[in-house]
Amino acid sequence: MTQAEKERRFQEKIDKEIKIEPNDWMPDEYRQTLVRQISQHAHSEIVGMLPEGNWITRAPNLRRKAVLLAKVQDEAGHGLYLYSAVETLGTSREQTIDDLHSGKAKYSSIFNYPALTWADIGAIGWLVDGAAIMNQVALCRTSYGPYARAMVKICKEESFHQRQGYESLMKLCSGTPQQKAMAQDAMNRFWWPALMMFGPSDAASTHSDQSIKWKIKRFTNDELRQSFVDATVEQAQILGLTIPDPNLKWNEERGHYDFSEINWDEFWQVVKGNGPCNKERLAARVKAKEEGMWVREAATAFAKKRAMKQSA
Amino acid sequence: MSTNEWPLWEVFIRSKQGLNHKHVGSLRAPDATLALENARDVYTRRSEGISIWVVESAHIHATDIDEADAFFEPSDTKIYRHPTFYEVPDGVKHM
Ligand SMILES: [Fe+2]
Ligand SMILES: [Fe+2]
Repeated sequence: MTQAEKERRFQEKIDKEIKIEPNDWMPDEYRQTLVRQISQHAHSEIVGMLPEGNWITRAPNLRRKAVLLAKVQDEAGHGLYLYSAVETLGTSREQTIDDLHSGKAKYSSIFNYPALTWADIGAIGWLVDGAAIMNQVALCRTSYGPYARAMVKICKEESFHQRQGYESLMKLCSGTPQQKAMAQDAMNRFWWPALMMFGPSDAASTHSDQSIKWKIKRFTNDELRQSFVDATVEQAQILGLTIPDPNLKWNEERGHYDFSEINWDEFWQVVKGNGPCNKERLAARVKAKEEGMWVREAATAFAKKRAMKQSA
Repeated sequence: MSTNEWPLWEVFIRSKQGLNHKHVGSLRAPDATLALENARDVYTRRSEGISIWVVESAHIHATDIDEADAFFEPSDTKIYRHPTFYEVPDGVKHM
């Protein structure tokens, strides 16, 4: 079969909504796009544990602490499902992780913003997980089988993440004026970075067209961002919080909310490594790998010992 | 030393009594005991299972995707294995 013939058959499968599985033939570029996207997604789950992890010991009560701990554990699981999915494409797990540590691979820019107050933890659950869910629900129908299956499992677990954040903000918003102000401050700082999570605008996005044709993505960045804005406005009203955008208003004709242009300068700065926490986040991951080395070595040694005992 | 030395394990979970174990994903672990414990932590955080199997991925043998058409051809051509192949008068009941 010629290369062109293989590519034609591949596209036919995609068009017929037949999932692509690990051993199926696929164009190199499809494989590379998936490796880049899924590993970036995996890294985001793992790095995403850092801003919230900082607050586990400082949660205001035992209930919130147990909830936050469970959420952060889920994110570790999400990272694992996705690293496993990348591995099915023939990459090495270790290399994938090293690419994050060397700065070669990216992760979601949102996690380069600090979580300064307890209200930020609520805002992260509501807005950051909310934006992630918008993205991930669309990815449940992505064309690569292992990625789609990982997404289905992740989506089932995500909805509590958003709800617990919203509930936590609800509590603050019905508290003292200081608590309400703290919630509004978190909203002010997280709104724009949350919108940036959907990536560059369609006009500036380099990978978008091909990804849509291959059904890796089902919706464009701008479409998903719009859905998120439309879904979130009313949720903010119920909290009694103001979305920090003077141009946010309902557009009858479009049937969507209009909103201001995103500060793309800031977006690219953070992507390029110059956000408030980029260095800190990477350093924390590298440290975790290095300082956790002895645990992995001990586990290997113990497994060997146990195997020897069993065969003796 | 790296985790690369840890083998990959495929994880199968029985969600409830009476159902098959079903493949749910994979993980890396130094041995079967730890693979089972990790599988519990990663794949059954919400009571998804009552029993877990782990199998080293290297021990799984699979059909060749490129040969699939030829390999499964014998079953595609035997339509008389299906009940709908047979004609039975309208009045016949319980069949
Ligand atoms: Fe997640
Ligand atoms: Fe989450």
